[in-house]
Amino acid sequence: MSDQTASGRPESPQSPVAALPGGEVTERDQDGPMLAADGRPLKSSLARALRREKLRALALIAPLLVFIFISFVLPIADMLFRSVQNDIVADTLPRTVVALANDPLEEEGVPSESTFAQFYTDLYIAEEYKEHTRLGSRLNYEMSGISSLFRGTGRAVGRFDTDIYADQFEAADPAFEDPAAWADWMADDDIRAALPLTTDAYDAWAGIAVELDEDNPAEEDPEDIVYTSLYRDLANGAAPPAPFPQVDVSGFESVSIRELFIEEDEDWADPEVWETIRAYSSRYTSGYFLNAADMQTTPEGVELRPENERVYMTLFVRTLWMSLVITFSCILLAYPISFLLATLPARHANLLMILVLLPFWTSLLVRTSAWKVLLQNEGVINDILVWIGIVSDTNRLALINNATGTIIAMTHILLPFMILPLYSVMKTIPPSYMRAARSLGAKDWTAFWRVWFPLSVPGIGAGSILVFIMSIGYYITPEIVGGTRGVFISNRIAYHISTSLNWGLAAALGTILLVVVLALYWVYDRLVGIDNVKLG
Amino acid sequence: MDGSGNAAFVAFERVQKSYDGETLVVKDLNLSMPKGEFLTMLGPSGSGKTTCLMMLAGFETATHGEIKLDGQSINNIPPHKRGIGMVFQNYALFPHMTVAENLSFPLEVRKISKSDREAKVKRALDMVQMGEFGNRRPAQLSGGQQQRIALARALVFEPELVLMDEPLGALDKQLREHMQFEITRLAHNLGITTVYVTHDQTEALTMSDRVAVFDDGRIQQLAPPDKLYEEPDNSFVAQFIGENNTLLGKVEEISGETCKVRLDSGELIVAKPVNVSEVGERTRVSIRPERVEMNMERLQDGAFTLKAEVLEFIYMGDIYRTRLRVAGHEDFVVKTRNAPDQPRLKPGERIEIGWLPEDCRALDS
Ligand SMILES: Nc1ncnc2c1ncn2[C@@H]1O[C@H](COP(=O)(O)OP(=O)(O)OP(=O)(O)O)[C@@H](O)[C@H]1O
Ligand SMILES: [Mg+2]
Repeated sequence: MSDQTASGRPESPQSPVAALPGGEVTERDQDGPMLAADGRPLKSSLARALRREKLRALALIAPLLVFIFISFVLPIADMLFRSVQNDIVADTLPRTVVALANDPLEEEGVPSESTFAQFYTDLYIAEEYKEHTRLGSRLNYEMSGISSLFRGTGRAVGRFDTDIYADQFEAADPAFEDPAAWADWMADDDIRAALPLTTDAYDAWAGIAVELDEDNPAEEDPEDIVYTSLYRDLANGAAPPAPFPQVDVSGFESVSIRELFIEEDEDWADPEVWETIRAYSSRYTSGYFLNAADMQTTPEGVELRPENERVYMTLFVRTLWMSLVITFSCILLAYPISFLLATLPARHANLLMILVLLPFWTSLLVRTSAWKVLLQNEGVINDILVWIGIVSDTNRLALINNATGTIIAMTHILLPFMILPLYSVMKTIPPSYMRAARSLGAKDWTAFWRVWFPLSVPGIGAGSILVFIMSIGYYITPEIVGGTRGVFISNRIAYHISTSLNWGLAAALGTILLVVVLALYWVYDRLVGIDNVKLG
Repeated sequence: MDGSGNAAFVAFERVQKSYDGETLVVKDLNLSMPKGEFLTMLGPSGSGKTTCLMMLAGFETATHGEIKLDGQSINNIPPHKRGIGMVFQNYALFPHMTVAENLSFPLEVRKISKSDREAKVKRALDMVQMGEFGNRRPAQLSGGQQQRIALARALVFEPELVLMDEPLGALDKQLREHMQFEITRLAHNLGITTVYVTHDQTEALTMSDRVAVFDDGRIQQLAPPDKLYEEPDNSFVAQFIGENNTLLGKVEEISGETCKVRLDSGELIVAKPVNVSEVGERTRVSIRPERVEMNMERLQDGAFTLKAEVLEFIYMGDIYRTRLRVAGHEDFVVKTRNAPDQPRLKPGERIEIGWLPEDCRALDS
């Protein structure tokens, strides 16, 4: 046997050989690694075998994994991505963004004529595509009033007095009146290269004609933006080659586009407007996050908003604080119940368990609304308190539409999520521990406190994580019973998602919430140790 | 060695116990133990051993009767005041405490000063040869080590009475034998009164001063191991302890220390009447396999013999085990020492067997 194998491996003729029962052979070089039967190192053989197994296991769950990825991970990632995404300015005002970047804004923070000219082109095109209102509402998050500025100017931009250029060009050379000639010129690469602004404007205009009006650009007169751009090209000294008509524009009457805008709405002379546009012209923005953290950009840099405007900070703090209070009240209420569940004889424990699970069979909305009935000013609880005489009729307790209402209702709704892990942990504590403690001389309370309680702590840990994280993101209950003083950050997120449609801000708030939860989880892991958490 | 009277340290007096109010799990238990005794409760599963132990420890209350400790009724004393050390079947070491904390727990609740505690814990750990394991958690110990810690914990507060409920049930054979020795050594050295529960009869026989055989909620026999084995009081004990051959028959004549029994197959044998009192009573005759004699020369004159046919012969090293057909029973077993003069029988051989009348006990049927 030894000879046979050794001859198969000439490089180590004296290797000691161990024959396995199955006739396979494992050998070890004098001091090299363990080798498998085929001469490969045993370690890599093992790794290969395991890898194959893992791949097979992975293939089994792959469809589910893909499903989860597509239906769960991707949407969340997309949503979170919106918190930094800011394509709208760059997409809607591409020329302005470039021009602004190169514009020193020398005249009291207001852009130069050429930037305005680019803005004119952009806004004209945006108006055609009806995108300027979206842009307006987006920028309105950052500076109120911009929305109406865009809407108003958007309506007016088609009527700007730039038609003088078209008239003067057509007077200078009748070839300009022929749309087909324009189409020919704009197909000529040399002309295009010589007239960059014109080419750009013509292409955009032609795009609009084809897409929106379903016209043939070769049969339509170009719009004013094309002539305005042509004037600006030629005024800049462009010399388009033939067949482009040679026109001298030095004698042309001109208009200041800048003035036209400011005439239309003097806010265009407001440096803040341009600062805002400029600030949000990059494709990624920290603006939503700054906003979500109650900060703002000022000419001096980033700073906190004035104290009375710090909405989100207040909401975050309140959410965390109230979630903590809810978690603690859940622990207080759930502990004795779970203790009973775990220690009562099975018959009674089952009944109790049904009572614990009962809320799960009732709609969340129904349960929350029931609290409305119970807690309101003329509600059951106040009535009873008045009837007993604990509170006077004129002095009824405000139990709803405030933080108290939210805490009471949420404690009730989240209680099962504390009871179940606690119960399942307690169930695993053998009764012999308590007996042992008592036989060792501990009184009932000592036995409980020194032995039983420490063993149930992992259940408290699991329940607390569950309740805290659920409550931090809770939405429906605070919405119904929380009034204004008892709502959570999630209600604000919902508002931005469905009412104000500021998805970017909603995403930023959501991201911050996620990060806070992860950070707390990390702290918790550090303090308590996630290994000490069990669900049973 | 009855242990009754004033010297009794632990006494059960007419104790009954029912869990459900319908059936008695313990029926009329009477037991008294002198100080320092090692008593084992042995019996089949469900015979009420644990229940007795729990009543003694205070975790169950007797439905009727009295349990006395050192002459005083403890029916109304809560468990933590009884001062009884207890070793549980699953050890019940507190998993969240280290070994040393586990041991110091009973001392802490007794408000013993820190330095005393440390000294006692150290002494107890050394006693079970686990001195280096003080800082480990129970989960980091092997089964046998946990067992020793449980023992040390039950002893560390120096109780006079220690209860052990199948403490060795989870250990392998070798470790179990070692621990059996260790437990008896400690119990005797420290002079502790011990009540030990097991359903392993070897354990019971090797460890105890006396064994109480439980069945059906009653003590069937309470006797030292040798007496229990050699002189079982009734057929349950004879069956339960060790290996046993039984022959069924009817008492034909009783005369003092001997009686004649007519077996159902017709043969007449002499036996010692144990709990048969009347002629004509049905009886179960019990003979230990190693007391059956195949060498007729060793028998007294006039001894009754029976014909037998060898059915099976098993070589077991130190002994031969031969299964015979005797008086219509096919499971009659004889054990013979592996000695040079001992014949090795073959199946089918016909032989004669006999025994001394005092080894053959006529018991209830
Ligand atoms: N808490 C209880 N409630 C009701 N019946 C019980 C309870 N504990 C034990 N019993 C019953 O009492 C009888 C005696 O039980 P016990 O535990 O004393 O038996 P045991 O001799 O210790 O058996 P084992 O050798 O299996 O441990 C059994 O029939 C059992 O079903
Ligand atoms: Mg038991």
